[in-house]
Amino acid sequence: MSETLVPFDEVIAKYDPALGLEVHVELNTNTKMFCGCPALFGGEPNTHVCPTCLGLPGAMPVVNGKAVESAIRIGLALNCSIAEWCRFARKNYFYPDMPKNFQTSQYDEPIAFDGWLDVEVEGETYRIEIERAHMEEDTGKSTHVGGATGRIHGADYSLVDYNRAGIPLIEIVTRPILVPAEKAPAVARAYVGQLRDLILALGVSDARMDQGSIRADVNLSLAPKGETKLGTRSETKNVNSLRSVERAVRFEMSRHAGILDAGGSVLQETRHFHEDTGTTSSGREKSDAEDYRYFPEPDLVPVAPSREWVEELRGTLPENPTQRRARLQEEYGFSDLEMRDVWAAGALPLIEATVAEGTAPQSARKWWVAELLRRANDAGVELAEVGVTPKQVAEVQALVDAKTINDKLARQVFDGLIAGEGTAAEVIEKRGLALVSDDGPLLAAIDEALAAQPDIAEKIRGGNHAAAGAVIGAVMKATRGQADAARVRELILEKLA
Amino acid sequence: MSEIITKTAAELADLLAAGETTSVEVTQAHLDRIAAVDGDAASGVHAFLHVDAEGALAQAAESDARRAAGEARHLLDGVPIAVKDVLATQGLPTTCGSKILEGWVPPYDATVVGKIKAAGLPILGKTNMDEFAMGSSTEHSAYGPTRNPWDQTRIPGGSGGGSAAAVAAFEAPLALGTDTGGSIRQPGAVTGTVGVKPTYGGVSRYGLVALANSLDQVGPVTRTVLDSALLHELIGGHDPLDSTSVDTPVGGFVEAARKGAAGDLSGLRVGVIKELAGDGWQPGVMQRFAETVDLLKELGAEVTEVSCPTFVHAMATYYLILPAECSSNLAKFDAMRYGLRVVPEGDPSAEAVMKATRDAGFGDEVKRRIMIGTYALSSGYYDAYYGQAQKVRTLISRDFAAAFEDVDVLVSPTSPTTAFPLGDKLDDPLAMYLQDLATIPANLAGVPGISVPAGLADEDGLPVGFQVLAPALADDRLYRVGAAVEAALTSRWGGPILAKAPTLEGPR
Repeated sequence: MSETLVPFDEVIAKYDPALGLEVHVELNTNTKMFCGCPALFGGEPNTHVCPTCLGLPGAMPVVNGKAVESAIRIGLALNCSIAEWCRFARKNYFYPDMPKNFQTSQYDEPIAFDGWLDVEVEGETYRIEIERAHMEEDTGKSTHVGGATGRIHGADYSLVDYNRAGIPLIEIVTRPILVPAEKAPAVARAYVGQLRDLILALGVSDARMDQGSIRADVNLSLAPKGETKLGTRSETKNVNSLRSVERAVRFEMSRHAGILDAGGSVLQETRHFHEDTGTTSSGREKSDAEDYRYFPEPDLVPVAPSREWVEELRGTLPENPTQRRARLQEEYGFSDLEMRDVWAAGALPLIEATVAEGTAPQSARKWWVAELLRRANDAGVELAEVGVTPKQVAEVQALVDAKTINDKLARQVFDGLIAGEGTAAEVIEKRGLALVSDDGPLLAAIDEALAAQPDIAEKIRGGNHAAAGAVIGAVMKATRGQADAARVRELILEKLA
Repeated sequence: MSEIITKTAAELADLLAAGETTSVEVTQAHLDRIAAVDGDAASGVHAFLHVDAEGALAQAAESDARRAAGEARHLLDGVPIAVKDVLATQGLPTTCGSKILEGWVPPYDATVVGKIKAAGLPILGKTNMDEFAMGSSTEHSAYGPTRNPWDQTRIPGGSGGGSAAAVAAFEAPLALGTDTGGSIRQPGAVTGTVGVKPTYGGVSRYGLVALANSLDQVGPVTRTVLDSALLHELIGGHDPLDSTSVDTPVGGFVEAARKGAAGDLSGLRVGVIKELAGDGWQPGVMQRFAETVDLLKELGAEVTEVSCPTFVHAMATYYLILPAECSSNLAKFDAMRYGLRVVPEGDPSAEAVMKATRDAGFGDEVKRRIMIGTYALSSGYYDAYYGQAQKVRTLISRDFAAAFEDVDVLVSPTSPTTAFPLGDKLDDPLAMYLQDLATIPANLAGVPGISVPAGLADEDGLPVGFQVLAPALADDRLYRVGAAVEAALTSRWGGPILAKAPTLEGPR
């Protein structure tokens, strides 16, 4: 089916979007949600399993108290109310990677509800309302072998790994997010990014989008400007990077507008996002006829966290992100403009980690927000996934400070680090990048340069020190950049004094 | 018939303790009896779906070795037992009476099975049942019906007809059953045996293949009240693997049974449930019931009539909650991981395999309840059916609570009729459901109940059951009252009721 995509500028002129984000967070508890199996994804398939997470006849679930604790802490960090009494519910549907053919989840009694998270985009703050955060178990993981699409339809056969089945998940659901159309993609991205940072600060999950420990579903609908009734939504599943969240929103806005402009109606359906093309394609149709027949899980007793416990957990929350941001800006001495760029790049936690390794804040900022951000954008990945760690950045800057390398050589060191050529020192060694620290070769190069340009030597002798630049350039060229320019300058001036 | 198999479990425990018999001897005698009378789907009692002679004898030999070394683990160490096929047994097939689980051998033990193994009771085998415990006659077993030892043309009750028939036919001194709406008590009533449904949460359900999780409970199936008390104390107690199991100490059942057998019920307040009588109740059943109530008075109890008006809605409530829960529980039987797998012609999808397997693997009664439950939980109908049923369930609990303010126990006939002929109600599900009219309220409210033999109905000479219900966690009252009734009636009859049962063909 060919799709008419409306250019983004035209979309925002005519339509208002309503966004809805459902984020699944895989908790890092030691054991699964309802049994004692290790909550480790990966490993030999079907080795972290037991009668309960395999859904064997007769087996029963028992709630993981640590998962409840994590859920409450997430809820509190999102300014939610915490239920005094809530139950698990069965979400009934058939799928081969669901051991019981129902998912033990929560329905109308979530553990946390009615919260908010403030996110900042280009200096503006948007309050994202949280409808609920609830506990549930993950499903197994299917691998469909054969067929063109890698999906169950058309596959020759499928393999299921139940190691993931029963790993605790928290699903965080927003209320409809109504923001100016032109801001929608950025707000969606900022929300997921800030949520990720919050989860990371709470320490309740590895929070790795690339590994699926945070997964976002993007709901989007459009309505003509001025229309208060929301349009029909599509649900784009498993969008697995911040950049993809932004692209998915942008693409769906263009796609919906194309349908609406043509007088068509948007199909309420699940869609798949394609990282390579930045587009979505139709999944299964999700009509209102889909009925999960929720009912309270009769094998579990209600969860009733005492108010004392909730308050105790409130005391364990990390610093609120807004306060933390203000504090770090003050500590690091970043200007508002610098801070905005840091924030937009998602670089604050990386800079913080780099500073913790002993790097000056401005140096850390310079590398992350200029050099490494450019590389991340070129590669189409998150800054955190650019292939360089805060510790490595700190090592590189330490070498610059020691004058072993200069900024220009440092860029080549990053090339080597990203290429996996070892530590910074090893890259320098292998690539022969160290600055020429011996004055001998430099003086030889200076002599050569001066001999080639005798008139310049005269100018310098005459007091025109700026003319030294031309000689420095020639020396740098002769040493393939491995000279400390400041030292070369000193030597030239000494020589011609 | 070997004399040893007529002994009660308590008597066998004494004989074993005194060194007058061995577990191997006792176990072999029961295996011989099974071989002689159990037959198969076509004829015989057919109480067992699987007999584990080798395993039982090995466990018996180990038990004897422990006894010889003075290391018996439990009073019942060495006394053999039969287990309803709905309980997971590691290494033994567990089919739940269904084709869909044919050949499945669980890799783990139900908690109760673990407890009886740890105590040293040899497991004779797995007993027949209505498929997934849905039924009141054991005719819904996919492996053929169990026959009532009193009259092999009649039903043994259900769903636990296999366990009840096994103890009634002296194939086992003890059995484990499960009771969701009467599946222990009604078979007890129609086979002249004793069955107890403990307080909900009193016995772990871990490893019990759920019919309806909020109603199911594991309990003892025996020939005497004391034996039930002994078994109940063994299997009861909190289980960290079952969140719904009650974390309070279990006990005092044996003591209550011994006290009750002394025959003094003075001070006990008994309520006769007004609503559990009337049209459709067999006269012979009502007659034996009335006599038993008079007996309670003779033993010193104060008897009053008690009204529980919402009990008339119990059946409708039950047949919404149970199908709802079971429609979800049975979803796991999809051919993907274990059990039957039917692969249609061509190149079928996983969905097509699921459909074909479930179509072939489930019987009609199971399909009926899955459909009812799926409907009752559907969006738009949930509030009208499942939601409403939960409200009525609360009202039923309140009726119990109000009644138990005035009386210590409630009594009724266990079942409206004696054992009916095989096939009689197979085409009439509603008539079958009515068998559980008196037993269902206890499951909905989570209170405990016992059925003890009350004699034989005049019109057909078949056993009648007398039901006693107590407040939650007051299971000891069942044993006190049950033992008192049992002692008085046994003395009146000049011996146990099963002495009146016809002799089954078998070795003497």
